[in-house]
Amino acid sequence: MSTTQEIAAQIREAAKRLLSEGKVDCVIGFAQGTVPMRDYPYFAYTPEEAENLTWSRFCCNNLSNFLIRRPKGEKDKVAIVAQGCVSRNIVGLIKENQITRDQVYILGVASPGMVDRNKVQALFPLKTITEVIEDGDDLIVKGMGFEERVPTKTVLRQNCYTCVMRNPVIKDEMIGEESALTHGGNIDKVAAPWEKLGPEERWAAFQEEFKDCIRCYACRDACPLCYCHVCFVDEARPQWCGKTQEEADVATFHILRAFHCAGRCTDCGACESACPVGIKMRKLTSKIEKDIRELYGYTPGMDLKSTPPLSVYKPNDPQEFIK
Amino acid sequence: MADKILAKDKLGEFLGKLKKDRQVFGPQNVEGKAQWAPLEADETLLWEFANTHLSPKDFFFPQTECMMRFVNQASDEQGMIMQAEPELPQPRALVNIRPCDAKAMQVLDLIFVQDQMTNDFYWRDKREKTLLVGLACNDPCPTCFCTSMNCGPHSTTGLDALMVDLGDKLLLTTLTDKAQALAEGLPDASKADLAKAAELKKAAEKSIASNVGMDKVNARELMELYELPMWNRVHESCLNCGTCTYCCPTCHCFDIQDEVQGTIGRRVRNWDNCMSWLFTVHGTGHNPRGTKKDRVRQRFMHKFKYIPMKRGGEIGCVGCGRCVLLCPVNIDVRRLVNDMNA
Repeated sequence: MSTTQEIAAQIREAAKRLLSEGKVDCVIGFAQGTVPMRDYPYFAYTPEEAENLTWSRFCCNNLSNFLIRRPKGEKDKVAIVAQGCVSRNIVGLIKENQITRDQVYILGVASPGMVDRNKVQALFPLKTITEVIEDGDDLIVKGMGFEERVPTKTVLRQNCYTCVMRNPVIKDEMIGEESALTHGGNIDKVAAPWEKLGPEERWAAFQEEFKDCIRCYACRDACPLCYCHVCFVDEARPQWCGKTQEEADVATFHILRAFHCAGRCTDCGACESACPVGIKMRKLTSKIEKDIRELYGYTPGMDLKSTPPLSVYKPNDPQEFIK
Repeated sequence: MADKILAKDKLGEFLGKLKKDRQVFGPQNVEGKAQWAPLEADETLLWEFANTHLSPKDFFFPQTECMMRFVNQASDEQGMIMQAEPELPQPRALVNIRPCDAKAMQVLDLIFVQDQMTNDFYWRDKREKTLLVGLACNDPCPTCFCTSMNCGPHSTTGLDALMVDLGDKLLLTTLTDKAQALAEGLPDASKADLAKAAELKKAAEKSIASNVGMDKVNARELMELYELPMWNRVHESCLNCGTCTYCCPTCHCFDIQDEVQGTIGRRVRNWDNCMSWLFTVHGTGHNPRGTKKDRVRQRFMHKFKYIPMKRGGEIGCVGCGRCVLLCPVNIDVRRLVNDMNA
């Protein structure tokens, strides 16, 4: 397998070519961040700017989010770096009529699996990490007064560990080679702890997980599914959801948002990576993902043809739940 | 003002004195992060930490705060009856608050308590009843830039007392009348102690590697800054979430709502943020800050131009670096202000 540094060089080359040939007006990728483990979404408009593009295990945003959050009215064609989950979200956006296939040029790349910075920080509680470098299968973590080697697979984001599609499902060009489809984790095990709990225990576990929420909405705003022009929490007439930090308001936001993502979520993990307080909101969405897979045999975003089960009506739906 | 020595084995007594008639809070290790929590056992108080994960502003400006309750019955001859919320029942102390956060509270005093008309009772009540005992930073982080923001790792602004860890003991400097009682019975600091503290201060200031320039930001006309071409790019990756605002010790925007059920209700003040389109949208549907660019520009112009212009050169940022660490798309305020200053 190519290293992420080798992939990064190839992404830069492809971006420079596409921009100088005028095939696209912008390449959406990542640039190196100013703090450890936080590379950031970057928009290259010229071959010179393309030099700033990078690729690493610290690319935790879902870039497809920027296909819909770009200022309206721009008709330009963009290229986008997309690993498995991001390509699946692009498929989702096409199916939901948010973008068209010919608007995007997909630079497909196999996901190396992204690092969960909270997991790395948890290894060094209360310490300041100053630099993290990828070195083969390890990370070299440097901090104030320490330096340690950490095996990358022990600090992968959980959604990357349980990923079932690391390769892009659609692409115009492949950067580097395809990889194994999974990282070996079992996604059903993410939802399993919830399933063992009774309603009261579930509620308690939910409250515990979401107790630190500060309602910054970073989870929503980082999510390529959350493109509603007016989110239900921002509706004023009627105001569906209160604005306070009280449990009912916080819970309403998270539960409704999770349901809104049912049958659409690709488990990309952008929400958890964006959260400033480390909430594991995938505990909710993973259960919904499992239900959709088991009840409807559907995994979102895998191809352009299949119909999303919760978006279609069939006269012969059994509707057994009503009986 | 007095410079005293607090031996580390006398900390229990010192904290006991604080606790006698106050509720004491301090940074503690909560789930692996330094977080503010009530201090129950003295030994859980952190002495070696960068800064608390989130700022202490919510001690004075809670994210959700009930301002009053009301009853409005048509049949009641008195009409609507409004009932004030109780004041803070007990004085408090925040121990080991970092100098940047104390400075931030002083900046917010200038916003919440300006004159007779702008005199926020809710803020003032909690500020007046809270003692701030600071802990100087001897090892600032790479993301700290307090020295560029009218502040510093040993800054005393906004504090009632500052402690400097001298290794085997603490130097306690009382700064306000409120803190005088803390110094009682403690031995005076020697010249050598003061020299050591001065040395630590110098070393800490020197170790701050992030420098942010404000000279051109200050010199430039408002509209010149407002129209800088850099604004066309810095917003590109912004998600317009509220992370930067809510982790910031000086961001202070809020939204007031009346929550009414039948004839009873309450008025609630909640944190709000200029990153949200909803923050400025008018009843007509018009939004004076309709684009992401407008909103991102607002946040930084407010902190680095409007506040300095209106508040005698004070800056709406203390260089704590929380937003640098927590922004989901790494919009780095240091880089941004340097671009404004370029």
